[in-house]
Amino acid sequence: MGEVILQMIDIDKRFPGVHALNKVSFDVKRGEVHALMGENGAGKSTLMKVLTGIYTKDSGSIVFEGKEVEFHGAREAQDAGVVIVHQELNMVGHLTVAQNIFIGREFKKGIRIDDKKMNEEAAKLFEKLNINIDPTATMSDLTVGKQQMCEIAKAISHDAKVIIFDEPTAALTESEIEDLFKIIRDLRKQQMAIVYISHRMDEIKVITDRVTVMRDGCYVGTLVTEESTKDDIINMMVGRIIYEEPKTKSRVPDDAPVVLRVDHLNAGRMVQDVSFELRKGEILGFSGLMGAGRTETARAIFGADPKESGEIFVNGKKTVINSPEDAVKAGIGYLSEDRKRFGIVVQKTIAENTTMADLGNYMKGIFIDKKKEKKVAKEFVDSLSTKTPSVDQLVVNLSGGNQQKVVIAKWLCKNCDILIFDEPTRGIDVGAKNEIYKLMNKLAAEGKSIIMISSEMTEILRMSDRIVVMCEGKKTGELRIEDTTQEKIMNLATRDIN
Amino acid sequence: MGNRKIPAKLLKQEVIVFIVVIALLGFFCVASPDFRKYTTILTIMDYSYYIVLMAIGVSFPLITGGVDLSIGTGLVCYSLAGGYLIVHKGWPTGAAMVVSLLFGIIIGLINGILIGVMGLPPFLATLCTCMITRGLGSICSNNFGISWPTTGQPGSWFRSIFKLTIGDTKIPLGFVWVLLLAILMHFVLNHTKIGRYTIAIGSNKEAAILSGINVKFYHIMAYVISGFFAALASIAYSAVFATVLPGTGAGFELEAIGGAIIGGVSATGGAGSIIGTLIGVFVICLLKTGLPFIGLQANWQQIVTGVVLIGSVMVDIIKKRKESRK
Repeated sequence: MGEVILQMIDIDKRFPGVHALNKVSFDVKRGEVHALMGENGAGKSTLMKVLTGIYTKDSGSIVFEGKEVEFHGAREAQDAGVVIVHQELNMVGHLTVAQNIFIGREFKKGIRIDDKKMNEEAAKLFEKLNINIDPTATMSDLTVGKQQMCEIAKAISHDAKVIIFDEPTAALTESEIEDLFKIIRDLRKQQMAIVYISHRMDEIKVITDRVTVMRDGCYVGTLVTEESTKDDIINMMVGRIIYEEPKTKSRVPDDAPVVLRVDHLNAGRMVQDVSFELRKGEILGFSGLMGAGRTETARAIFGADPKESGEIFVNGKKTVINSPEDAVKAGIGYLSEDRKRFGIVVQKTIAENTTMADLGNYMKGIFIDKKKEKKVAKEFVDSLSTKTPSVDQLVVNLSGGNQQKVVIAKWLCKNCDILIFDEPTRGIDVGAKNEIYKLMNKLAAEGKSIIMISSEMTEILRMSDRIVVMCEGKKTGELRIEDTTQEKIMNLATRDIN
Repeated sequence: MGNRKIPAKLLKQEVIVFIVVIALLGFFCVASPDFRKYTTILTIMDYSYYIVLMAIGVSFPLITGGVDLSIGTGLVCYSLAGGYLIVHKGWPTGAAMVVSLLFGIIIGLINGILIGVMGLPPFLATLCTCMITRGLGSICSNNFGISWPTTGQPGSWFRSIFKLTIGDTKIPLGFVWVLLLAILMHFVLNHTKIGRYTIAIGSNKEAAILSGINVKFYHIMAYVISGFFAALASIAYSAVFATVLPGTGAGFELEAIGGAIIGGVSATGGAGSIIGTLIGVFVICLLKTGLPFIGLQANWQQIVTGVVLIGSVMVDIIKKRKESRK
């Protein structure tokens, strides 16, 4: 390990309603893989966004190669040699591999773009990384793993000195993960400084040299990986938070009525012949890798995407769902993983968002009864303990957890009995996470039935009564919580790929 | 805190624009003695009615995040169609008006279906109906200009709706109507389902769809409202001007859209105020009427109007950027 190349000192950052970073310090050395760990919402990604200038810090300083720096935007950081490999890959699907790698700085021959030279340069990069990818292949034809390698190649081509990997394995299969680790080890040998964000404990032990743990936007501590145990790290991550007791046994009797039955559902490549049943009061977990088709299944059931075939039975009755409107009428509510895009209207008030699906019941003649609207919104704010000064608050000013509660209120207001939670705690503060869990358990106990799509293994194991596992658009298995282990889920989740 | 802040801001925009209107009035009054006449007010009013009506209507597509470019040529088309029935078919004025209004609603419906159901980009869809209405207008009138009944002729009663003559005094009565309509539509935007969902489509269409809202219907309605108000504008236009010429009308929509945006309708959708739109149109009308009094002719008016528009769109963008930075 070499000297410290990058140091972040006392970084502070606030968003409306959230103290996202509270005097966080972090450093990374040349030739080191430094893990940045913490639960969802601990502030890992925010810290890295501050580093690369996507967010501006409120206070604190960043020292890079001995000089204090402040990058304004990813471009400046890139030029200085600090590059992020994002969790969501930033690739242009219908361009070639080489065109993607050199996008924005194409080689030119006169005024013409020199594709030949770009292909050659890309090939050289791949050679250096020991990767076998054809530079002329179209990006969208590659697997997610290969695409990620291209992203890494792109990072290297920027003369990167610090590479940040943001949950790089979330969408990868076992063998792809092995390839990735090989590349990371190579980069380490070349004295690259690597920041590795992940919450998969096993990977951390295998690939990293040091671990820094964050919690609730605060710096908790840094450990040398070799000298620490999994439990040390977990304790640092979880800290004072007491989570809902994991279920050891399903609470739902086998003869509980089936409220939703999906029969041989097909919708494109991502949903192939999916069948399952959901019982009253049950939390049915949907597990799988990123891109396994879980969200697509939910969207197809909800009528947000077209179905090719398959039948849906709600409370035993065959129900045709061709649009979200139909689904809502049948009592199904969908809470998207991307709340800001699909769940809420951020520039509107809590009251307006609450009645959005059920405005018909809040009319006085042709006019909206704003008094009644506010009253019902207030009731939900109280019963869900949403933290807000008033129901006139714009949703944009709420924290992630409270925004999620507004979406829940929207569906409860509409009296939906079947709720599909897609990544219910993504982007939610650790402290607020357990509140969402409690709320889900409460809803289930009250007789609502819940489908919970989650990529977090701990969440799946903690919340589900039963678990459906998907892989590449197919259902690969179904497990009762009492005989589920992490390994069983992982095996099912990668069954088709390996 | 947040909710109080934003409407206060919007209100502020309305107030600012109102102050601009007063300032412009003051400026022109000081700069030109000829401007300080009652007839000037009459001229400004005459020019304002049809633009205000179009602007009220087009605010709805704008707030959904779209646009309606067909209202200008549409206006002329509906007016020619109604006029043709009166002049050449001997229809009573009232019946012809109904036809004009229906025509406007139908074109609005077509726009709405193209955009809301078929998914055409609003710019493209309404550009097409803009061309179509221009052609239709010329066909209706057989390429000749048409005059709705002029004062004194039978069936000319509708002209007094907008300008009432008592003795020698002319009263710009139309202002009362456009003001009432603006208040009504302000209410529709803020207190009815149509208004609420128009805004929802503009701020987050996906979320609206996933909330089970019949987004297609409300998307169509925004364009129907726009078409209907373009038709109302066509009646105002026919009442104010002596002759309606086929092939004209292109460019009217830009004044209406400009007025709406100056008045605080977000150029990217999701927010707006109809009262603001009303005031915004008067900025444009004042410039149009006032600038010649200080010696700036037509070409200059357009340049000044363009610059004012850029200014108000910039304000909108800066506001948005501040919000997203938070």
